[in-house]
Parts: sequence; C-alpha cells; structure tokens
Amino acid sequence: MTGAERGDILQNSMTYGLFTGAFVMHYGAEKVGILVIPAGPGNTERQINLMRDFGTTMLHITPSYALYVASVMQDKGINPRKDLKLKRAYLGAEPYSEETRRKIEDMLGIDIYNCYGLTEMNGPGVGFECKYKQGLHIWEDNFLMEVVNPETGEPVPEGEIGELVLTTLNREAMPLIRYRTRDLTRIIAEPCKCGRTHRRITRILGRSDDMFIVKGVNIFPQQIEQVLMSIKGVAQNYQIVLDSYDDMTVKVEIDKEIFDGKIDRLIKMKEEIIEKIRSATLVKPKVELLEPGTLPVSEGKAKRVIDNRTI
Amino acid sequence: MSKVYIISVFAENKPGRLERVTKVLTEANINILAFSITSTNGFGVIKFMVNKCKEAYDLLKEKGFTVSLNEAIGIEMKDQPGGLYEVVKILSSKGINIESASVYVAETRKRAYLIVEVDDTSKAMEALSGEPLKFLNPEEIQ
Repeated sequence: MTGAERGDILQNSMTYGLFTGAFVMHYGAEKVGILVIPAGPGNTERQINLMRDFGTTMLHITPSYALYVASVMQDKGINPRKDLKLKRAYLGAEPYSEETRRKIEDMLGIDIYNCYGLTEMNGPGVGFECKYKQGLHIWEDNFLMEVVNPETGEPVPEGEIGELVLTTLNREAMPLIRYRTRDLTRIIAEPCKCGRTHRRITRILGRSDDMFIVKGVNIFPQQIEQVLMSIKGVAQNYQIVLDSYDDMTVKVEIDKEIFDGKIDRLIKMKEEIIEKIRSATLVKPKVELLEPGTLPVSEGKAKRVIDNRTI
Repeated sequence: MSKVYIISVFAENKPGRLERVTKVLTEANINILAFSITSTNGFGVIKFMVNKCKEAYDLLKEKGFTVSLNEAIGIEMKDQPGGLYEVVKILSSKGINIESASVYVAETRKRAYLIVEVDDTSKAMEALSGEPLKFLNPEEIQ
C-alpha cells in the first residue's frame, strides 16, 4: 500500500529480541520478496555503511533514531539523495509529530509512512498508512476497534479523541477482548482517497499515561515537539524536565548550522520557543539552549520526559 | 585596510566549557590575542581572536564545537587615557554600531587594538576609510 515490492531492500533498524517490532516487519517483508537487512538499532556509522553497500531502499526505524541518523549523515557530508538509494521509511514505536515527519522526509529525501501496532496485538501492522499519508488504516477484518474515554471507559462519539481499544477477531489460542492500548487517537470514518474501506485512525497523539500535568494543565510531549520542530535553529533532540508541579523546563539543542556568533539571535530564538510553547500549552516554560550533542541520543524509544517530582 | 576574523563559540554557562575550548587551542599551539565572553541566562558566546584563525576554526568545528567565523575590524588605539574615546568618537560619528568588542594589546602601554564586530563590515570599513585611523593587518598577528 506504500509501493514496496519484490526487489526492495529493507534495512530493519528496530530492536530484535524481546520486541515484536523488528520481527513482524522482517517476516512480512520476506513474504513480499523483499531482502531484509537485520541491522537492529545503534552503531550509526555502520547503519549508513549498510545503506550504501546494500543499496537499501527502505528503512524501518523509530522517529527519534531516524532524526539522529539523518543528522549524522549531514555531519559526515553524506547526501542521501545522491549517495544512497533510499525511497521510503516506516516509522513507528514512538509517537511523533507531523512536523517531525516532514523534517525527516526532507533531510533524507524520502517518503515516510506511519505504522502502528503493539506487542499484545502481534506487533506492527495493526494500522498502516497508505500513500496519501492521512491517517492509518486499521485492518478491521482482523481487529475490532473502539475509542473510549480513558477515565470512564465509555465509548466516545465517533471522531472524538480517546483511548484506542482493540479486540482480536482472528487470533486463536490467545484472543484479547477489549484490550486497552493506552494510545490516544481518534477515528477518521470518512472514506480514504485510496479506496480502502477500512477506517483510519489519526497518528497516535500520545499515551493516556505519558501526559503530564503542570500548573493544572494537561500536556502531551507531542505538543512541545510540534512547536520545537517548527522553529528554525532547533536541532532534533529535546527533553522536558519536570522538577515541580508549577514549572517545566524544556531543554533544546541548537542547530550548529545556524550559529553565526550573534547572541541576539539566540536570545530571540529562546523567546520564540517560550512564546510558542506558552501559546500551545498555556504554560510558560523555562527553556535551556544546549550545545548539540549534549542530550542523550536515542537508539530505541526516546525518553523525552524526565519527571523528577516525588509526590 | 583588511578584515580580521573572530571565532565565536556557543557554550552553555557551566564550569569547564571555557576549559574545553582553550585546551583544544593550547594543544594546537594557537595563541589567543583577544577574547571576550558574553553570557545571558544559562548560555553564552565566547569570542576569540587568535593568530591562526582559519586553522582554529576548522579545528574547533572538527572537535564538535558549535562555532562560527565572523568578520571584524581591528582599529589601533593608544594604550593611554583617552585611547578608546578617540576611536569610538569616530565610529559613532559615522553611525557605526558595535555589536561586540574586545581588545588586543599589541605593546603594553603603547599600542592596543579595539576589535569590533559590526552589522556590515564592508560598509563600515568604507565609511572609515578616510578617517585618521590605523587598522590591524591580519598579517601582523600571524
């Protein structure tokens, strides 16, 4: 549904081992006749060498790691459009914003498709984007989907945001009935331009349990990410640190390329970040500008929120 | 009249940052002639004029620092009372605004240079060309 076909070469940079993500994609791709390079995450230079040596056309990777790999390519002077054969990537395992998708697409010169799944439902492939990239089709012949209010457990009206609840329809031996995913999304009931009749969900907006509360306001890390990725001069990595219930500190790495030695510009950028986060979340954050490479690099699921509050 | 260059390094305001930068310069046997630090809530910019500018810039970049190379003008001042005044009087009469400045003392108690970054270096140099000022020649500091 995204154009992958026999002859493609998939570099699978998800963790193999006790994580279904890598395996489902691996076996699925083999079934289509796609060569799979079981790269696993990490060792970024080797990842790039593999892409070059094998002529990798597709990646399966987490968003945070994709951003990191793309920035390493930039540092090493590799132009993916010329030096590599990448066409598309499948991103999953972490929620991320539309801005991040566009940023990675632009950095790597590829199409990126969202993929959704969870170990309890056999891993990725519960939902997948088609070429229109406007939500993920859920395979409704395999899964019964509902969206409920996470607090009451009651279904919400179609189209409203809530927690996705899934029931397996074809699984034998261990069917799961009304499994609460903790993933927040909403159903898009309108028919898709691609002609598939399976209904879609929006990208995962967050987890009903990774939301945090500051000054009594519910905030999802994706809201912050969306703001950061829209600001020029901000590098890929960021972290939200919570030390009290009244403050949040957003740590942001600056982009090496925009640094021109002028402190005014940095101050303006910092003010812009504060103002945009305030208008998106209603909470005025503290912002720290960091040197690139200061924050820990993610090679799997990124840890974006550091909650140091004890009560 | 020729331009000189200033190296700017972005740094968080934390112990050890200046040490890291200067260690790199020390090991490459690069001499710092003038330097300044501007710091504001949590971060700052360290600026250096060194004897081997391009080399220092490439080296710091290679070592992963967030660094930029900026044009500047070096203007001679007498190292005596009124030395700075005489120079800035002319700059302000030409409407040239100083974005950042540092001082390079070439000969103690005799001759120093005011190193300034301005908005538009070429334009400022043109404006100053007819003035009774002596400018620092990059060859003098190599």
